[in-house]
Formats: sequence, structure tokens, C-alpha cells
Amino acid sequence: MMDVIRDRQWDRPTPAGEGEYGPWFEACAQGRLLIQHCDACGHRQWYPRAICTRCAATPRWQEVSPRGTVYTFTIIRQYGAKPFAGELPYCVAMVDLDDAPVRMFGTLTGIAVDDVRVDLPVEAYAVEYEPGRAVPYWRPI
Amino acid sequence: MCSTAAVATRTPVICGIGLSDYPIAPHLTSTQHHAQAMQRALEDCAMPKSDLDGYVNASSSPNDMAVAMAEYLGIKHRYFDSTMTGGSSFEFHVQHAAAAIKDGLAEAILVTYGSDQLTRMGRMLGTGGFHTSDSRVEGTSQFMSSYGIPLVGSYAMAARRHMHEFGTTSEQLAEIAVGVREYATYNPLARYRDPITIDDVLGSRMVADPLHKLDCCVITDGGGAFIMTTEERARDLAQPPVYVLGAAGTQTHWNIIQMPDFTEPGVATAGPEALGRAGVTVDDIDVLQLYDSFTITVLMMLEGLGFAGKGEGGALVQEGHFRKGGKWPMNTDGGGLSSNHPGMRGIFLIIEAVRQLRGQAGAVQVPDCDIALACGSGGWLSCMGAVVLGKDRPS
Repeated sequence: MMDVIRDRQWDRPTPAGEGEYGPWFEACAQGRLLIQHCDACGHRQWYPRAICTRCAATPRWQEVSPRGTVYTFTIIRQYGAKPFAGELPYCVAMVDLDDAPVRMFGTLTGIAVDDVRVDLPVEAYAVEYEPGRAVPYWRPI
Repeated sequence: MCSTAAVATRTPVICGIGLSDYPIAPHLTSTQHHAQAMQRALEDCAMPKSDLDGYVNASSSPNDMAVAMAEYLGIKHRYFDSTMTGGSSFEFHVQHAAAAIKDGLAEAILVTYGSDQLTRMGRMLGTGGFHTSDSRVEGTSQFMSSYGIPLVGSYAMAARRHMHEFGTTSEQLAEIAVGVREYATYNPLARYRDPITIDDVLGSRMVADPLHKLDCCVITDGGGAFIMTTEERARDLAQPPVYVLGAAGTQTHWNIIQMPDFTEPGVATAGPEALGRAGVTVDDIDVLQLYDSFTITVLMMLEGLGFAGKGEGGALVQEGHFRKGGKWPMNTDGGGLSSNHPGMRGIFLIIEAVRQLRGQAGAVQVPDCDIALACGSGGWLSCMGAVVLGKDRPS
């Protein structure tokens, strides 16, 4: 389960969570990190889609451990968009999940940016951006 | 019975090229860039506008999208293509138009591009930021937009992974920027023309680790056009034809968060396919026009195309092969890193390759230039297209 932060003032672009995307953000707000699993062929995927990208069957949700390791990352040092311009420098990373051959993305916090390394073990925590919907962030374990 | 002569007359060629004013053109809107480039391409080969019966345009913005520009330019087309794969669109266009010419779907196909992005938007494309803090983001980009990753950040993550897996260094990436800048010193229109050193690149401010400012392309206005026709029609035109020897394109992902392997570009499959169709190997290539949105883009393409083994691109560029006078001179107009990058640069790769193959490149002319390879990258290393062009008709 992910820790869920519910009292943070949300001041950044908001996922619309329309259609097939909504349940993923709703699960995040309950502390559950979801991927999709295809019972027909065994393929696992993220982001959520209406079909399995391998065999076109309809996938189901699967909860996974919110832990993984950094696959790659960058330190953003120049960006004009608010509120990010006021938060430079910060780290965004791709994370290989421990539980599944699936990679997720997000901001990596809780570590000095110059200390971030590939293969760093990290875990997701959720930040609610509107009641009942959240996005994951990442921090070192 | 298939007549060889009949097939030969429909051999697809590029017959005309034109560039609109760049790198800073506040006197032109996007539509004017399209129009000016078209005028210059028609003048270049002395083709009357009435010959055009095919039109191709990659824009997705309302003002200059393909159907709007076909109307604006007054082209009664019977072949039409609005393929948009980002910056590599024009490499895909060559592939499509060559097949269309060959198959008799059109006799003369015009491809245009135009952008006033520097004048209109400043440098927003790179690190200015598209989404405002109160945006509600729909579609698949909503899985990224909350986190604040500018365009350069995607390429930076690929560079970081390449460094991790293969020991690629910032010095090796910088060599690419230095070599391209050397060519820009010969181009009076290039956005930046002062020679630079490896230390200049490494000393320029870090934009998104490990990419420095001078690892990143410039942002400019500009546009281009080229015309494709049959070898037979080209005989009556003012310029020597340039033959399409082979072309291929592919897509590995669109959003960077879906790139299957951050060190494996799509050109790893499209490149060999294009070279194979042309019946050539990398050793036959006389000049390279590679989409240098960022230095890492070039490095990954060199590996994907087979100039270097996987992970060996960094060591190869340090040997100087891609500089002026090297084995594979690259981006002879000064590239996107130094000359011009008005949003989607793929058209300039084709135009510069044609200029080289015609022997019209002046101070940067590559001697004995018979075969050129242009390779475009669109999106976030997402869609890549490779085109092999030749001075002589394919055997």
C-alpha cells in the first residue's frame, strides 16, 4: 500500500481521468498502485488501456507492490512553467517495478538531486489532487 | 510481360528544393513560410505550379494543416498525405510519395513545411512549458503532465540510461555538437556560427542532466519544400534529379514513458530496412543528415543505423568520422544544433542531402558525393524514418 497525502494544495496540471484512465487515479487515492494484467496472454501493461497491447483482449486491473528501482532519471534545471519553475532543480524518473515487468514515471522526492542514481530502490506514495483521485510520487526506500 | 522501360520512367526522384527565410523571420507567418518555400522549390527546378497534382504537409495546427494549406496554395491534388510523426514526418513522406509516384498516383508531389514558432512563441517548445498549472490534461499525456517534464527531459533520460549501460560520456556527446557547429561556421544563415570546443559544451549550463544547453538544438523560424516526380518528367526540369534509393520508417512509442528500451531507437529496424532497399551499406554512405534535436539523438541513430555497434557510438564519434573532412560528414548545413530547428526539422535533412548530391553545397560540398542518408526522429525518439538518396539512378 502507498501512503496517501490528502492535505496538499494542488497547484499543477491535473489529470482529467476520463474513461479508462479514471480507475487508476481512484485506486491511487486509496493507496493502491494498479497495473493491467491480461488473462488471455499474460501480458502486463501501464498506462491503462481498453485492450491488451499484445493480444487485444480486455485486460483486468492488478494491484502491485509500490516498490521498484530507478531505470533512468533526469534533473530538470530549466523549465518556465509554473509551478515547476519555482521548484528547480528537481528529479523525474522512470521506475522499474519490483512485482511486474512494467515501468512507471513520476517525480522523485526526498533525496538531494545530485545523489540520485540508476538502480536506486524507491517506493511510491500518493498525492491526492482532488477528492478521491491521486497520482504517485516516488521516494527512496 | 513487364516492360523494364515502362518501370524505369516512373522511377521516383526529388527534382526541386526550396528553403524559406530563417533562422529569425518575424516578417513571415507559418503560411508564408510554406508559400515562400514552395515558390523557391518551383523556381529551383523551373516547374510550373500547374504541374503539381500531389500535396503533402505534416502540420497539425489549424492555420497550416494539410487541407487548409492545399486550399491556400491552390493545389488541386489527386494524391494527398498528411502523415504527422513529428520531426521525422518528411522522411515518411519521401517513402510514401516515392511509392505513389512509382504507382502512378501522381506526377508531381509537393511537400511543404513552415513554422514561425520562434517569432510567435519564443522558446516555449524547449523548456517554456506547455501546460499551465490549472490545466486539466486529457489523453495519455495526463500520466506525465503533473510532474513537469519539459521536452528536453525525455532525451536526457535516454542519455542517462545510455551512460549507465555503456559508459558513454558527456565529452563524447559534446563532440557531436562541436562537429556540427564547425559546419555552421560556413553557413551565413546559421543561428549560431562561432566555433565551439568540447569545454564550451561541458561548460554551458545544464538544462536537464546530463544534457547541457549546447547539447540541445536551437529554436528558430523557417520552412522548406521539395518536389518529387518521375525520372522522365525530371529530364525537362532545370536541376539534376536525385533518386530515392530506399526509405523506411517505424514507431516504437509516442510518449517517452512508453519507450520500450531507452537505448534502442526505432531506426535500429528502419535503418537496415532502408539501406537494404537501397542495396547499400553504411560504408557506401558519403554524407549523413541526422536529426540532431539533441546530441544523444544523433548518437543513438548512429548505433541504430549500424555506423557503430550498440553502446559503441560514443567512442566512434571521438574518432572524428562525422566532422568536415571525415569519413561520414554529418549535418553539413550546421544542423539543428547550430543552424535551424523550426519545430519539425526533418524536411531540412532531405533538402540538404539533395544539395550535396547535386554538388551545389559550396564550401561544405562533400567530394564525390554519390549517396546520402537522411534520418529523422519525431516525438520523443518515438517515430524514426531513414531515407537513402542517390545521385545516380538505382541499378
